[in-house]
Amino acid sequence: MAETHSLQDMRQQTAITAKVFIQRDYSSGTMCQFQTKFPSELENRIDKQQFEETVRALNNMYAEAEKLGSQSYIEGCLACLTAYTVFLCMETHYEKVLKKIAKYIQEQNDKIYAPRGLLLTDPIERGLRVVEITIFEDRSLTR
Amino acid sequence: MSAVMITRKVRKWEKLPGKNTFCCDGRVMMARQKGVFYLTLFLIAGTCALFFAFECPYLAVHLCPAIPVFAALLFLFVMAMLLRTSFSDPGVLPRALPEEATFIEMEIEAANGNVPAGQRPPPRIRNVQINNQIVKLKYCYTCKIFRPPRASHCSICDNCVDRFDHHCPWVGNCVGKRNYRYFYLFTLSLSLLTIYIFTFDIVHVVMRKYPLTVLEVLVCFFTLWSVVGLTGFHTYLISLNQTTNEDIKGSWSGKNRGQNPYSHKNIIKNCCEVLCGPTYPSVLDRRGLLQEDSTLVSSMTMSTVVYLQKTTAPLIPNEHTPDDAKPSIASSAEKSASPKEEHPAATKFPPLASPETDAETSIAKERAH
Repeated sequence: MAETHSLQDMRQQTAITAKVFIQRDYSSGTMCQFQTKFPSELENRIDKQQFEETVRALNNMYAEAEKLGSQSYIEGCLACLTAYTVFLCMETHYEKVLKKIAKYIQEQNDKIYAPRGLLLTDPIERGLRVVEITIFEDRSLTR
Repeated sequence: MSAVMITRKVRKWEKLPGKNTFCCDGRVMMARQKGVFYLTLFLIAGTCALFFAFECPYLAVHLCPAIPVFAALLFLFVMAMLLRTSFSDPGVLPRALPEEATFIEMEIEAANGNVPAGQRPPPRIRNVQINNQIVKLKYCYTCKIFRPPRASHCSICDNCVDRFDHHCPWVGNCVGKRNYRYFYLFTLSLSLLTIYIFTFDIVHVVMRKYPLTVLEVLVCFFTLWSVVGLTGFHTYLISLNQTTNEDIKGSWSGKNRGQNPYSHKNIIKNCCEVLCGPTYPSVLDRRGLLQEDSTLVSSMTMSTVVYLQKTTAPLIPNEHTPDDAKPSIASSAEKSASPKEEHPAATKFPPLASPETDAETSIAKERAH
């Protein structure tokens, strides 16, 4: 909680310079995957390896959410038999993974991106279309 | 005179663009025109009511008491599937926020380079390779995004919908990624229910010669052909992992046959993916809160202030004027497919390209050659 408070303080003190949008990678179909290509705007801000690791971790989590395996089939069949009323009391597998992703993004922001003046926005808030990275202007350096 | 700050809690669904209507404080999402949906409800509920009132008592006593029980279960399943299809978010893609739209425009500008004066800029298309097949992603001028593969813009609801199948007036909603399986189960269970009622009506007429049953028999007979046909058509589409939209546009048929990059080339796998795949969440946060502050001059009385706070009616009509395009029902029985592409001529154009260079016309021209 203390870390998010400092993030808000930082937002008030610094101005937003730019936003970078990491697009979806459709090479393996309609599955939710993001491009790991390193955007040029982040070149002086963050390590390429670190960035790619973050995006790869996100991709793995989305792949896990959308995996067509025995778990999703069982969940689907069980839900169908109960006319989908079971979802009134149970969380779907996808929703569970989305919560995990939200936690991961929060963690990454706190540990890695906030200290570098960057902020990752959860893709679910952008319709799973883009990963929005806000670049904050570093006022302390310009003084 | 001092200003009074009033913070009114607004939910995100109240500010969503598009031509949907929302009920139950954002829990229910439907298209604007619901007349045909009410007709569907009336036909199903009415026919079943007649069946339970007139045929079931006789059949339960003279044949088997399980007959009405099974009919009731089937009826409940049909209604559950219908309401689930009609009330859920079909997979609407939210429109791009201004910064994202600008970013995309800049990328397009960079990709097109310098266009000589007087010449049309090239159409906005992005090519992606999916499973060794080139798929063209079109730019949506309304939503200001490049549509993901299989997404399409529904002009009736004015939204881009992921894995768009068609807009179904009978359920009063679009059929897309999130509610396709409920739609399919609705048509399948309705077929079974219709066959069931039809069969037992015939049995009843043979056994008792009750005149009112003929009305039910007629309704069932006409419903049977259309609904069973529709179920058969969608079973075919599911086995090939195609959408109605793709089938109508002929994306993966004719000379492109066998090149559907989304198909697993295995009927069972295709069926499993569509019917038992993961349940995708809605990316439209309908019930999230938007904090809104409205300043009011204190000369207003408290009652007016209270009235202003309660202005959110359960059904809020959208600010857009009603679409002139009536939901068109195709000539072949109940095929109910009207996947109209968006018409960019109506709204404001982005500065770079004009809608005449829309990707569709260019693809249509390519196909013609």
